[in-house]
Amino acid sequence: MINTQIAVIGGGPAGLRAAVAAAQLGAQVLLLDESDHLGGQLIKQTHKFFGSQQQFAGSRGIAIAKKLEAAARSQENIAILQEATVLGIYEDGVLLAEHKGRVIKVRAQRIIVAVGACERMLAFPNNDLPGVYGAGAVQTLMNVHGVRPGRRVLMVGAGNIGLIVTYQLLQAGVEVAAIVEAAPTIGGYLVHAAKVRRAGVPIYTSHTIKEAHGEEAVEGATIWQLDANRQPVAGTERHFAVDVICLAVGLSPLSDLLWQAGCQMKYVPELGGTVAVRDAHLCTSNPRIYVAGDVAGVEEASSAMVEGQLAGLSAALSLGLGGKEAQEQLAEAKAQLSALRAGPVGEKIRAGLAWVEKGVTADA
Amino acid sequence: MLKSTGIPTVADLAEVLPTEERLAKGPVAIIECFQRIPCNPCATACRQDAIRPFADINDRPQIDWDQCNGCALCVANCPGLAIFVVDMTYSETEALLKLPYELLPLPQPGEVVTALNRAGEPVGKGRVIRVQNPPTFERTAIVHLAVPRELAQEVRNIMVEGETDGTR
Amino acid sequence: MRITDHPILQFEKGPKVTFTFDGQQLEGYEGEPIAAALHAAGIRTLSHSHVKKRPRGFFCAIGACSSCLMTVDGVPNVRVCVEKLRAGMRVETQQGKGVLR
Repeated sequence: MINTQIAVIGGGPAGLRAAVAAAQLGAQVLLLDESDHLGGQLIKQTHKFFGSQQQFAGSRGIAIAKKLEAAARSQENIAILQEATVLGIYEDGVLLAEHKGRVIKVRAQRIIVAVGACERMLAFPNNDLPGVYGAGAVQTLMNVHGVRPGRRVLMVGAGNIGLIVTYQLLQAGVEVAAIVEAAPTIGGYLVHAAKVRRAGVPIYTSHTIKEAHGEEAVEGATIWQLDANRQPVAGTERHFAVDVICLAVGLSPLSDLLWQAGCQMKYVPELGGTVAVRDAHLCTSNPRIYVAGDVAGVEEASSAMVEGQLAGLSAALSLGLGGKEAQEQLAEAKAQLSALRAGPVGEKIRAGLAWVEKGVTADA
Repeated sequence: MLKSTGIPTVADLAEVLPTEERLAKGPVAIIECFQRIPCNPCATACRQDAIRPFADINDRPQIDWDQCNGCALCVANCPGLAIFVVDMTYSETEALLKLPYELLPLPQPGEVVTALNRAGEPVGKGRVIRVQNPPTFERTAIVHLAVPRELAQEVRNIMVEGETDGTR
Repeated sequence: MRITDHPILQFEKGPKVTFTFDGQQLEGYEGEPIAAALHAAGIRTLSHSHVKKRPRGFFCAIGACSSCLMTVDGVPNVRVCVEKLRAGMRVETQQGKGVLR
């Protein structure tokens, strides 16, 4: 049994920031991550980040991962356990993890769940063919391991991920035939859209994929137009010879652990799926358990970092650590989050948060 | 429409293009950022106090064209690669553009490349004058491109001939 | 399919090693996921669905979706998108659900 004050599950932008924030207030922290690297999905983000200087805006995701990791490693009171998959969180505050073929137990006074999100699937004929890949998988293959996913790609989804991965495909020397987007407008930042457009990639809004073609693997794709009621219009089909169909149709919070732990959960479409109900300090219905990052609601990495900081500070403060300065840091983190979400692109998040921050109700 | 095509319209551009009078005075940054998003590195990068600090991080950049000297620091720092410098005083027949570029191969000075518009369509040729790629730009190179004056507000990208992906 | 030049990234690879895929000898880099080595060699079908035997490739590449389960050195249901390649590995297309020994 390992004893620690705060266990952080997930070593991505939210988890790393949470660990550092709590450790700086003097907490003994154990950070667990299932992979062999720290930084989570930042390690495949080759683009420069938005946000402000506090969230390393202007730096590439890969560089931010290194900075966050260095900050965590320089903190003596943070122990890091990599290749450790947390399997369950139990009533007595003990969590079980699988680590290199062995089960280990950790007793923690507070647990911060920052496990992120996973790629969504889309239903269409032949969507199970090899060559239909999640956008995150495409990024991992080409940006982490240096292998092209194919020669010519159809991108499904014009949110930030679809636009950014399109650009990254071009940088890796892969042709992108087109981007299709079911909504009538581009969901991602328009500067990302402009960047791929001037590189010659067409964007078909109000279009979706009709089917994939191929026997053993993807050989092509047909798209068609959607009318105002999002119904496909026969006769508008277009065919593309592609060997990869990349799905960038959104992420879902990886809520399994929170369900298992018995936290009060709520389905909030604006936040990407089922998330834990929590207070403004990211504490769930279980006072031991906090959430931060995409598992708390799918958003940008910049907000994930600030949420991590907020959860780390809150958890440490709840253990009686930190003083007036910590309260000020907490207020500052909350102000940063509000600022990041204040604009029109934060509208959806604000609407979603209104649902989950109403406070923990008795019917949990 | 920009929101459905990704290509700014004439009306969108009218909001961000400097006056003819200003353009005639020398290089100036054009910020093609049309949406309120939480992002401000352009303002923090500017050393001329031309791009004003943001009151709200979601604000669109506000640039004082009289303060701007077209240094292009913001061009390399904009995460959206949405800033371009246009110099209409470059020569009698040509304008000089400073474009952000993050693809391979990087063009060489003296090379003639295909000039692309905002839809990625070829609209003419451009001559590469200089390529800036210092470590501080963190691998966003800035290509100085001479184009016919009439294409100065059309050209926003290049296609380098003999583009290869390294294996094919 | 390997990227040799990239405008932003440099890829640090382990030593080149050989392994087998259904008896065929292939090359890859030690420490990269088995699926990356297979993909670089042009192999995209990693498994088949149990009922209809439809071909499956990888989908998530982070060990979460079970679309890439293969038999490695006799052990079934190995997630090859995260399992690291080592010299001499015997990678096989899995028949059925696999049996733990």
